[in-house]
Amino acid sequence: MSTAPRRSVVDVAAAVAGGTLTATHVLEENLAAIAAREKEIHAFNLVTTERARERAARIDADVKAGKNVGRLAGVTIALKDNMCTRGVETTCSSKILAGWKPPYDATVVRRLADEGAVFVGKTNLDEFAMGSSTENSAFGPTRNPLDTSRVPGGSSGGSAAAVAAGFATASFGSDTGGSIRQPAALCGLVGVKPTYGTVSRQGLVAFGSSLDQIGPFSTTVADAALLMEVIAGHDPLDSTSIPQPAPSLVNVLAQGVSGMRIGRITDMPEGSSPDVLARLEAAFDALRAAGATIVDVTMPSMSYGLTAYYLVAPAEASSNLARFDGVRYGLRVDAQDLNAMYGATRAAGFGDEVKRRIMLGTYALSAGYYDAYYGKALKVRRLIADDFAKAYEKCDVMLTPTSPTVAFKFGDKTSNPLAMYLCDTFTIPTNLAGHAAMSVPFGTGEAGLPVGVQVLAPALGEAAMFRVAAELERAS
Amino acid sequence: MNTSASTSAGTSGEPAANPPSVVAAAEQLIDGWELVVGLEVHVELATKTKLFSASANRFGDEPNTHIDPVTLGLPGALPVLNRQAVELAMRLGLALNCRVQPCTFHRKNYFYPDLPKAYQVSQYDQPLNVDGFLTLPGDVRIGIERAHLEEDTGKSTHFGGTGGRIHGSDYSLIDFNRAGVPLVEIVSRPDIRTSEQAKQYVSELRAILLAVGASDAKMEEGSMRCDVNVSVHKPGTPFGTRCEIKNVNSIRAVGRAIDYEARRQIDIITSGGAIKQQTLHWDDAAGRTNVLRTKEDADDYRYFLEPDLVPLVPDAAWVERVRAALPPLPAARRASLATLTGQSKESEAVAVVVERGQDAYVVEVAKVGGDAARALVYVQQGFAQEPAAPRVPAGDLAALTLLEKNAKITATQAKTLLADLVAAGGGDVIAMAKSKGFEAMDSGTLEALVDAAIAADPDAWAKFKAGEQKAMGALVGAVMKSSKGKADGKAVSALLAAKAAE
Repeated sequence: MSTAPRRSVVDVAAAVAGGTLTATHVLEENLAAIAAREKEIHAFNLVTTERARERAARIDADVKAGKNVGRLAGVTIALKDNMCTRGVETTCSSKILAGWKPPYDATVVRRLADEGAVFVGKTNLDEFAMGSSTENSAFGPTRNPLDTSRVPGGSSGGSAAAVAAGFATASFGSDTGGSIRQPAALCGLVGVKPTYGTVSRQGLVAFGSSLDQIGPFSTTVADAALLMEVIAGHDPLDSTSIPQPAPSLVNVLAQGVSGMRIGRITDMPEGSSPDVLARLEAAFDALRAAGATIVDVTMPSMSYGLTAYYLVAPAEASSNLARFDGVRYGLRVDAQDLNAMYGATRAAGFGDEVKRRIMLGTYALSAGYYDAYYGKALKVRRLIADDFAKAYEKCDVMLTPTSPTVAFKFGDKTSNPLAMYLCDTFTIPTNLAGHAAMSVPFGTGEAGLPVGVQVLAPALGEAAMFRVAAELERAS
Repeated sequence: MNTSASTSAGTSGEPAANPPSVVAAAEQLIDGWELVVGLEVHVELATKTKLFSASANRFGDEPNTHIDPVTLGLPGALPVLNRQAVELAMRLGLALNCRVQPCTFHRKNYFYPDLPKAYQVSQYDQPLNVDGFLTLPGDVRIGIERAHLEEDTGKSTHFGGTGGRIHGSDYSLIDFNRAGVPLVEIVSRPDIRTSEQAKQYVSELRAILLAVGASDAKMEEGSMRCDVNVSVHKPGTPFGTRCEIKNVNSIRAVGRAIDYEARRQIDIITSGGAIKQQTLHWDDAAGRTNVLRTKEDADDYRYFLEPDLVPLVPDAAWVERVRAALPPLPAARRASLATLTGQSKESEAVAVVVERGQDAYVVEVAKVGGDAARALVYVQQGFAQEPAAPRVPAGDLAALTLLEKNAKITATQAKTLLADLVAAGGGDVIAMAKSKGFEAMDSGTLEALVDAAIAADPDAWAKFKAGEQKAMGALVGAVMKSSKGKADGKAVSALLAAKAAE
């Protein structure tokens, strides 16, 4: 139903750099689409129209002048509103940060800018990236451009919707437990959660620091590969950044999957709908037909991932979000003394889901409860990593559904947090292990809505993951 | 001694042996109660930049001029560990005979306006330095449990209200220049048994910090801060409940706070009460402790591994490079200076000169032929305002020691020349002595003056001969006067004694 042009990153970058298309033209197409549908979709917290126009004009001038314009010349990009952008409001879709303008760019933002990208705006998210539907935004939900009665997924729902609606050529989200892959699946896009430490977290407002990674949304696997090559690679400003250059991904896409071993998890958690499971089977068939071998593997601890995640991530979040105290920046609600000011500020500034997770996390770390909750969750995390290690002795990558269902309707899960949390059953173990995974659109399911297949790979297994993703794309 | 001990502890890879359980001597007990003290000392490391960011680590500048996104805990800012801070902390750990080990960082969570992230990055169950010791005068070993890295907080100043506390104040201002400054917290074992030992411990620790260049250790500027844990018990019984005293900001205050607190605890116990585990605040002006908080309302810091940092694993080669570069430590320097000058290593002159770092200068004076014992005294008395490397050339001071040693001038004259020499930053002491008319009297002249003094005051002479030592003063004074200060007081005394014995 979208009438907006769906240009690929690779095509735009080549055409703009080659002078056959202007950055301004690409941007104006996006701005026209935004004018037509943004009111309905609400993908953005902020559209930076003037900055984007100046930037596109500069790139066009540079092309004319024969200057090097970078690998992403004129590629329009939407950024999740939890990535710091110098001088541009960064809110995390929270009232507590409304109006805050960072004095610096996230490393990812700087790397994209250095390659000629044009930033269209900051996209909506579940507040502080806590959610799976973008219904937890303090500024209102984002609608799925493919069916506006349904959610786009979350927490990076705004970034997914922006690409699906043609508001930008590509976008970036952050993935702590599935927040890129699940909305990518629900909006029919490619979405990548890189190996932990591959992409710098510097300038990403932290949710679960040991789990968070930034990654791209795109319409093609090749686009995702190019974007990964631009943003990945060591950053001395992030101590958890792996001291390695970005992987080569674009040049592996045509290699095919002949001889690769694809893992099928025999004890996969239940609860997926039949249409989704049917597409997963079709994906195995397609890879087998392309020369891969399907092998059975087990992941007995996979079903405990969700529980462990909802201790580890909130524990880290309770600490990461403590700095929003009304003292130095963001919202302050004045009160008669310090503790009352803290209480009033945080009560007014945070939404229910954020408060729920801060309380969960604080409890999990408290004296007398640490061992039973946080401590035990760390052990489960270790078990999951061990299970992955055993599974990857038998296979190169594994496939699961990305989401148990296609995009669901607004309000379906808001009254039941546990049902909402179950959306991330298949995506969470990757974050706990620090591995790589991506969602690739693979046909449609119920109501003609897209189904995503998740390709799981071990740490630094991006090349194998992208080979498989490219094969699935060819077969779909 | 410390140097060799640290080498053997390290090369064997074994933790330094813990000292045997320290027991107070009978005369150290207070009404039969034994004092048990442990110290937690925070020192700011003398790094160029902060522990996790590139802002300058400088004291005393305009507020909030050394800040950045990491210091202020802005969203998205991440810490990057300062290598120089790690190296200085290792240096200190090795100087304290600690084992340097792979370690991790934790978050200590609590809310306070001068703590920008609402957590302090510190080390918890895996600190950088463990199991060391420090030796006090008299070879008393105090165990060091750990010396770990952490970041400092900002500095709050509260205006209006009472007593400079946040509660009840009109407003508060925060200077974040100090936030993120690297600290090492040195935790002693509860091996200290007297307030005097506690003072010696702080003083010795300070000397070590200065010697290795880890910190400027200025207690008055807060770059060295002491928390004191005090309990009392009867010898042979388990330790008592301890109280922690904060805000102890001078070596003298360490002694006073411990003495006050020991007495307070003994009085409570002997009158039938029980000690509650409390954190106390030392009020130096009032000379007493006040309760800050009791254990029940202590914060739950919810420590967990800092996910923004990776484990710190100092490789063996690095540790050995740092160890090899350690300068001689104060205890070893005191011992060698004592040997050189024939003094006790516990003597004040030795301690003072080593603390000022002027011991190398005394060695140099001796090396160029000066008298070491006199050089030590001259430096102790005349070089208090001089830097570690005094301006007076070693040869000049050596010449002065020889003039006095060879009785060419008197001790009094030497003192005068020393002052002139220091004021001028050096000079030809023989020429200076001549220009002042300083020359030791020949023995004939001196004897004549002594005889004259005896003749002039037969009363005093009679009393002196009868054994009244006080009477000697009058006679010596008379000779000094008649000689216009050129007589050597010691020589006059000796002459008088000899005459009395005739």
